Amino acid sequence: MKNRFEIEFSALSQNEAFARLCISAFLLPLDPTVNEMSDIKTAVSEAVTNSIIHGYEGIGGTVHMSAETDENIVYIEIRDKGRGIEDIEAARKPLFTTKPDCERSGMGFTIMEAFMDKITVVSEKDKGTKVTMTKKLRG
Amino acid sequence: MNINYKKDGATLLVTLGGDIDHHTAQEISDGIARSFRHSHCKNIVIDFSGVNFMDSSGIGMLIGRYKETEIFGGALAAVSVSSELMKIFRISGLNKIIDCYDNARLALSALRGE
Ligand SMILES: Nc1ncnc2c1ncn2[C@@H]1O[C@H](COP(=O)(O)OP(=O)(O)O)[C@@H](O)[C@H]1O
Ligand SMILES: [Mg+2]
Repeated sequence: MKNRFEIEFSALSQNEAFARLCISAFLLPLDPTVNEMSDIKTAVSEAVTNSIIHGYEGIGGTVHMSAETDENIVYIEIRDKGRGIEDIEAARKPLFTTKPDCERSGMGFTIMEAFMDKITVVSEKDKGTKVTMTKKLRG
Repeated sequence: MNINYKKDGATLLVTLGGDIDHHTAQEISDGIARSFRHSHCKNIVIDFSGVNFMDSSGIGMLIGRYKETEIFGGALAAVSVSSELMKIFRISGLNKIIDCYDNARLALSALRGE
């Protein structure tokens, strides 16, 4: 059976926990393992945080999140209409960060890649960023 | 986010409760940095038993604290790191600079050199 939800929220840091709560509540009926749930929550937290702190830095805006499940496959999309990423390949490398001064580690994309089966990043300067992630629940 | 501090000789024991994300990391960093300066300690032990969630914001926060202990020739240690948290420690190499212990008592006696 397919199921899906879609939400929009303000680019405020308190909504990072809200986004994690939404995805957990949505996936709970599929009975994922504690590890799978934790991996997905972490990946969502990374993508949402990036939209808030990098995408909408100092300007604010709306973060869009949707998720779909098809049997035991989970698709998640997180997007913003923020400043975008100039060099996606560089941004995805471990330790790459444009904010080293704020104790950012540059490990967000690396974690999303390690914790999900697949991640796709589409971005355009001054237009925004869309991160799509897929994970198969194996139980 | 709940943060509690206790001094044990040259070690500041920090007990965290709640989620560590970008929203809470700044407050945790500032809190630990301030207490560490006032404590005149050289080591920091962070107890994660009350931490349900940590993302990459926690990595930067921990590396920041590691660097502060390094200045005083001290060490940063971690207690009760769950398997989920350990994945983040490994991916980021935090496990190579932070010794992990099962409980606070073991961490504190190791730092006392017992
Ligand atoms: N939604 C986004 N909008 C604009 N830039 C982004 C976005 N997501 C990521 N980036 C860029 O990619 C870099 C790497 O991201 P990440 O791996 O999560 O590390 P960090 O968040 O610690 O900087 C960021 O420093 C930023 O420059
Ligand atoms: Mg990030």
